[in-house]
Amino acid sequence: MTPVFEVSRLSKEFGGLKVSRDISLALPEGERLALIGPNGAGKTTFVNLVTGRIRPNSGHVHLAGEDITKLGPEQRVRRGLVRTFQVTRLFPDMTPEEHVIMTVLQRRGRAARILARFHGDSEAADEAADVLATLGLTEVARRKVGAIAYGQQRLLEIAIALAQRPKVLLLDEPAAGVPSSDTPRIEEALGRLPASLAVLMIEHDMDLVFRFARRVVVLAAGALIFEGPPADVARDPQVREAYLGSYAHAGSQA
Amino acid sequence: MAEASIRNAATRPAPLLRDLLALALVALGGLAGYLLFPDNLAFLTRLISVALLVLSLDLVVGYCGIASLGQASLYGAGAYAAGIACLNGVTEPFLLVLIGAAAGAVTGLLMGAVMLRAHGLPQLVLSIAIVQLLHEAANKASWLTGGSDGLSGMIPAPLFGVFEFDLWGRSAYLFGLGLLLVVFAILRLIVRSPFGMLCRGLKEDPLRISALGIYAFPVLLKMFVISGAVAGTGGALAAIATQVVGLDSVSFELSANALVMLVLGGIGHLYGALIGTVIFMALEHVVAAANPFHWMTLVGAVLIAIVLFAPRGLSGTLDQFAGLLTRQGGRTGR
Repeated sequence: MTPVFEVSRLSKEFGGLKVSRDISLALPEGERLALIGPNGAGKTTFVNLVTGRIRPNSGHVHLAGEDITKLGPEQRVRRGLVRTFQVTRLFPDMTPEEHVIMTVLQRRGRAARILARFHGDSEAADEAADVLATLGLTEVARRKVGAIAYGQQRLLEIAIALAQRPKVLLLDEPAAGVPSSDTPRIEEALGRLPASLAVLMIEHDMDLVFRFARRVVVLAAGALIFEGPPADVARDPQVREAYLGSYAHAGSQA
Repeated sequence: MAEASIRNAATRPAPLLRDLLALALVALGGLAGYLLFPDNLAFLTRLISVALLVLSLDLVVGYCGIASLGQASLYGAGAYAAGIACLNGVTEPFLLVLIGAAAGAVTGLLMGAVMLRAHGLPQLVLSIAIVQLLHEAANKASWLTGGSDGLSGMIPAPLFGVFEFDLWGRSAYLFGLGLLLVVFAILRLIVRSPFGMLCRGLKEDPLRISALGIYAFPVLLKMFVISGAVAGTGGALAAIATQVVGLDSVSFELSANALVMLVLGGIGHLYGALIGTVIFMALEHVVAAANPFHWMTLVGAVLIAIVLFAPRGLSGTLDQFAGLLTRQGGRTGR
């Protein structure tokens, strides 16, 4: 099966410092891939390269067969490459409903209409209500985002991403900062993502990775050092070296 | 779930009702001015034209988060366009306002295209540079603009062919009040359109909007054009009412004063722009008559007091009070 999303030999250096080296990976439809790596491994740079925030020095990114390496972030999103943020980026003065309606309007090409009422688009409102219901956010749909729990804000991030109807979803630490009592709700939401959607999750929390991912890649010092099923990752000597090495290093600095 | 939606429906204010209420308040205030200060209608008309300028600034500053100290570029463009048109035989007042609005919109398009290339402080400096350039251009092109003497001798045709723009300024004032009401109503609708929500989003977090696949530039440029049309309407009104257009209409000073009025009234509310203009200009009017040299000192003191005690401006503080009274502080209110 041809992959819906493919990164080939992606490299990036900042002033001689190689932060991404020859990264290649491919996601077929329905993939659940987790990308893990110690702090400073280059995960953020990788996300920025893939989403088009920064340009690679070499290598290519393909989405649904199309080379999107030279496209800007907005064009990539419009083609179906959607991300969530590690730290939620939401509008505290707007409601979850308004966030999702705005997203739906954009997908339908109506987001910048002047001669319409934002709350008057019943199609968009209905769709938003459905998406919010899927994630269990109906109760708080019309509260200001600044007044809802952080776990709910994380769910809203996922709701916004889903309302974009992505082909490929990049989840950047979807459970970061969420109190452990709320993580089951996030996991449940992740478990109910559309089956055909290709998902790439960047995550620290190994428990979440083991439960969610079918395949894991490990990034260390800008390069992929492991690829395989979650069960094997902890046994891999290179991975242990990368993690323990970096922890030992961090320990000596502290 | 049904219970939840009923509860939410009750807490969301009916927007149409609020709009009508807001319009009625502005109309009442305007008519009160007409009845209480019949000898000051020329001043009140100027106040309305400046209020349109401050409203236009609120669109850019309050709804898009773009600081500008050059908003009078758009106001001046409208004033000069209307003035020049009037001197060249176009005397129908509504047509003159349309010409002023169009000139403001075109200037807004150009100004936006330049300013949106930069962000933050450089953007602010660009806005100052633009208004200074236009000021100098208006000064130099005296064959068209009258240079430092300005334009004078415009005689607009009577309103609806009946009401003359005479010395008492009744027609001009009511014409201005009508314009303000129409513009205010349109802007209330615009800020609640999908486009208006998008602008609010861009102000708060451009990266989030970009992650939805939305380009900021065309959205913000559109707002610059709308803002230009509003400011140009104000300029045209001033040209029609005072029948002179001077270099002060396209000045840094007027731009800066407009920003002060907006901060005074509170940004991002529309009605804050009106409150700020009324208070600033009334203060100027009253205090400048009593002490022409120190009125700015008093305005400065008032401004400092407001920044210290009501940092969200007078309208923001009014909102807080309203929130306390109706106990919906944490709910959606706009």
